[in-house]
Amino acid sequence: MKFWIGVAATVALAAGLALSGTNEYFFYAGYVVLQFVVLATAWNILGGYAGYVNFGTAAFFGIGAYTAVVLFKAVGAPLGVQILAAACASGLLGFGTGLLTLRLRGIFFSIATVAVIFIMHTAIVNWRYVGGATGVQLLRPPAMPLFDSYTRMLFVVMAVLAVAGVCIARYIEVSWIGRGLRAIRDSEEAAECSGVPTLKLKLFACTVSGALMGAAGAPLPMYMSFLEPASSFDLNYSVSALAMPMIGGTSHWLGPVIGAILLGSVQQIVTVTISNEINVLVVGVLLVVFVVAAPDGVLGLLRKLKWLHRSSR
Amino acid sequence: MQGVDALYGDSHVLHGISFEVGAGRVLALLGRNGAGKTTCMSAIIGFLPPRKGAIRLFGEPIAGLAPERIARKGVGFVPQGRRIFPTLTVRENLRVSERRSASSVWNLARVFELFPQLEERAEQVAGSLSGGEQQMLAIARALMGNPRVLLMDEPSEGLAPLIVAEVGRTIARLKDEGQSILLVEQNVRLALELADEVVILNTGRVAFTGSAGEARGNEALITQHLGVF
Repeated sequence: MKFWIGVAATVALAAGLALSGTNEYFFYAGYVVLQFVVLATAWNILGGYAGYVNFGTAAFFGIGAYTAVVLFKAVGAPLGVQILAAACASGLLGFGTGLLTLRLRGIFFSIATVAVIFIMHTAIVNWRYVGGATGVQLLRPPAMPLFDSYTRMLFVVMAVLAVAGVCIARYIEVSWIGRGLRAIRDSEEAAECSGVPTLKLKLFACTVSGALMGAAGAPLPMYMSFLEPASSFDLNYSVSALAMPMIGGTSHWLGPVIGAILLGSVQQIVTVTISNEINVLVVGVLLVVFVVAAPDGVLGLLRKLKWLHRSSR
Repeated sequence: MQGVDALYGDSHVLHGISFEVGAGRVLALLGRNGAGKTTCMSAIIGFLPPRKGAIRLFGEPIAGLAPERIARKGVGFVPQGRRIFPTLTVRENLRVSERRSASSVWNLARVFELFPQLEERAEQVAGSLSGGEQQMLAIARALMGNPRVLLMDEPSEGLAPLIVAEVGRTIARLKDEGQSILLVEQNVRLALELADEVVILNTGRVAFTGSAGEARGNEALITQHLGVF
């Protein structure tokens, strides 16, 4: 119940902000932070619960963005349709990738997912229709009547996606699916002998995770009014989507949300105050600090504090 | 369980092994280190599909199926070293392997009745349990799948004598309830006490098949194949 109140409050807050007179830049930056909430939450479904480290986030994200471009160019599909189609396309990519790679375990799976980025990137670079390596310019349609600007509308759309992603992740976490995935992370062989359908669960997680990443990428072309392969298949997306849950804590749906808001905000501030280039450094340093000092992330740290507090009484 | 005959591996680990666990019986699989006991287990649960031969569960061939399918058909497995899920709670560990069918006898309530300590710790993460409790959990987890035959790989390994006795009592109780069990043990005395039949392996071949009584009475046999004890 508390959770659903939180959901409603978040959506209402986002919409309220967008309709108010706050500085436009807030939405520009907030969109990116929310986008990372979706990516981190999506990554955590496979990476956090099942322990399969996916480095291919950029591929799923980029394919989502390009699916939207194709639909927009071909039939002028509305944003909602673009997002749904992007989720389907990236979900399909997730299913296919999973089918080919999920028989591999540990580091081998991770390496295979990196390859997916390069394959997808190369394919798009050589596809004229979507602009190839030089990219494609897009004209935004007018925003919905309620909103002052298109960016504000996209901010709300991304907030809804983030909330939807968290709801899906939370459902998976508390259901038998999440239990099975966590059993796989603890000991895949023991899970198999306990009758857990390991391959099916992993495939499911990979598909849902991919679909959410694709959905996160779909509004990107409209947000930028432009799309080109180098920046949409940027390895930074993969690294951030992995670092954020690690920093927040991978065992709970709240972890990626905390990590994404924390790291995403820091990145935005650094971009404005110092430079865009230093972002990667910030991610790297924070990741190292957390892996060393708080391997269970912010959530683990909070849990430890609570425990200390209780035992000192 | 009707006859296991397997011969496989690049380095022939098992050479035409055949044995049979009768319904409601306990069969102890004994042998020195490297004799092929654990490999037999792996073959039955599907981690190492046999190159040749057949494995049947109550007449139904199961060789070559995925471990998950074999488990669902009714082969419960208590792995060596327990292999519980450390970050899951005790209750989650049990629910993961829960399988219900018309003939199922085991559920959470009955498992907790058999292992009261586990009920006390139901919401604790399994990694925080003691070795003995983890062993109980591993057995309980296998029971939750309502297995038609229960495979136990060295359930007494690494436990204090007192706990070993408790594991022994548990196995005896399961046997009384009519559970078919295939028991692999290094602890020969415990195994001979519990088992109805005994199979002794030596370098991947069956060296002896007979009743536990026969084996107990045959000092020479025990020394020859199980040595050090």
